[in-house]
Amino acid sequence: MTTAAPRAAGIVTPVRGIGGGLLGAIYIVWWRDIIRYWRDRARVGASLAQPLLYLVIFGTGLASSLGGGFGATTAGGAGVSYTQFIYPGVISMSVLFTAIFGAMSIVWDREFGFMRELLVAPIDRAAIAIGKTLGGATQAMIQGLILLVLAPFVGVTLAPAVIAQVVVLTFVLAFGLSAMGVALASFMRSMQGFQVVMNFLMMPMFFLSGALFPLVGLPGWMTVLTRLNPASYGIDPIRRVLLGSSGFPVDRFAITIFDQTLPIAVEIVVVLGFGAVMLGIAVRAFQRRD
Amino acid sequence: MAAVIEIQKLVKKYGDIEAVRGIDLVVEQGEVFGFLGPNGAGKTTTISILCTLLRPTGGAAQVAGIDVARDPAAVRSRIGLVFQDPSLDDQLTARENLDLHGRIYGVPSALRRQRIDELLEVVELKDRASSLVRTFSGGMKRRLEIARGVLHHPQILFLDEPTLGLDPQTRKHIWDYLNELRRREGVTLFMTTHYMDEAEFCDRIAIIDQGRIVALGTPTELKGKIGGDVITLQVSDVPAAAREVEQRFGIAPLSANGTLRIEVPDGASFLPRLVRELPMRIDSVSLSRPSLDDVFLKLTGHAIRAEGASDKDMLRNMGRMWRGGRR
Repeated sequence: MTTAAPRAAGIVTPVRGIGGGLLGAIYIVWWRDIIRYWRDRARVGASLAQPLLYLVIFGTGLASSLGGGFGATTAGGAGVSYTQFIYPGVISMSVLFTAIFGAMSIVWDREFGFMRELLVAPIDRAAIAIGKTLGGATQAMIQGLILLVLAPFVGVTLAPAVIAQVVVLTFVLAFGLSAMGVALASFMRSMQGFQVVMNFLMMPMFFLSGALFPLVGLPGWMTVLTRLNPASYGIDPIRRVLLGSSGFPVDRFAITIFDQTLPIAVEIVVVLGFGAVMLGIAVRAFQRRD
Repeated sequence: MAAVIEIQKLVKKYGDIEAVRGIDLVVEQGEVFGFLGPNGAGKTTTISILCTLLRPTGGAAQVAGIDVARDPAAVRSRIGLVFQDPSLDDQLTARENLDLHGRIYGVPSALRRQRIDELLEVVELKDRASSLVRTFSGGMKRRLEIARGVLHHPQILFLDEPTLGLDPQTRKHIWDYLNELRRREGVTLFMTTHYMDEAEFCDRIAIIDQGRIVALGTPTELKGKIGGDVITLQVSDVPAAAREVEQRFGIAPLSANGTLRIEVPDGASFLPRLVRELPMRIDSVSLSRPSLDDVFLKLTGHAIRAEGASDKDMLRNMGRMWRGGRR
């Protein structure tokens, strides 16, 4: 069943505009990421191993040597166990790693993969940067939220309202980190840079984010570094909502700047602002031609 | 005949290195045009400029009548591109890859479906339409990429080394599909290659070396640049044999890779004389019609295969090994 009509008109391209404009193109780039993610369910399962190790082994081990009652000093109030403390941190770790790894795949993809097809397509390249950021953020968010199934084992109760808030907050963190990853990847020309990103950015970001220990009472230099770390402002609200709703006294772990506890709304604005700046850089980098 | 590609004094510099040093060229609608040359000759750079992936340093180029520097998006919507390295998404099925392409290029959904079915049939992948691309062989991937490249009815299909790394039989098949598509779609094919035999399928060829076009014409015309037949001699002492040939017959032979090539108008009658009169031992001798290899050697003074692997080639090979190992 072949048609003669388009062949006769073969010289005329049936392209109208550019595939539904910028939004259409963003959707296509995002949609491809989501299909790939869904196809790769085995990897999704395997990637849960690391957070579990942190939570079960690292958490239990450190909790034992800390002697339980991590923060149980508050009179009357229940203390927060170390495992409970790092639970939101481990969720965030999952988000961080998924977001950065996902973005790094762009480097390979651009040289030898499907990204080349996108780069030569008649679409605004801003769509590639935005679609990739949103695709990576969606995956990272899901990777983080999957860990909510562990809540009962950690002793955290989840009300629907809490879940809704955590979904939003996790996406905010995922967006900020994914945008950063895409911006970084847009400047990298080889996978060699990946190790550098790992060792000098991702691990320090993780350790200085408040995922594993509270960001209070630290030495001055470290306090400064943790406050400069955008991930800190993404993790803190997740912890406050997730643990706070179960009645744990978590506000004393909250990030303070000049002894002022930051409202969650401000933290969200900080992370979104950071993400927007990173996304702007990524868009510029993608639109540039050599 | 209308020109679909026009290039004027095109120059591309990377820092101090001039990859393309002033190329002028016109390609007509419906032509199969070949860019022939060794790695690093500037083929991929030129094609990348025409496809708006790179910006020219100097000169200008119009594709489908549109200046590549001025309106890259308009150029992109009118061309198709098959890359040197596979750019399919191998986590998606064949049909999904084509569908994604159609969406990106704004092909309306009804037409898209019809076009995908039609093209899958042409490249004989219809029964594998729903298989993940990662299960495909190299030749199948190439066929799918070619189908994808013409899905949106481009005026010109650019192919960068379309048969690189494929076995000869698969290469021939790819050419069958390309010729079929050209017949059906009237699309202009612009390709780069360093396979000489492949260049013979082209209507016209530009031989490119060190960023310049050194010859342009039909394969027959180019082969006509060699006077008649080519005799290839294998001897242990090539320089000595070259001197003897020059002294005795007044012909300047070319030497490459331990062999001596002699161009003569009538090889069949010259060969017995040559063998009789040459004083040294001859290991082997062959007589052939001139190939494009001979043309290339004659025009550039070096064989086309003399090429070192670039960093990118090494990375590419690593990638093949890595991916091969995983799949």
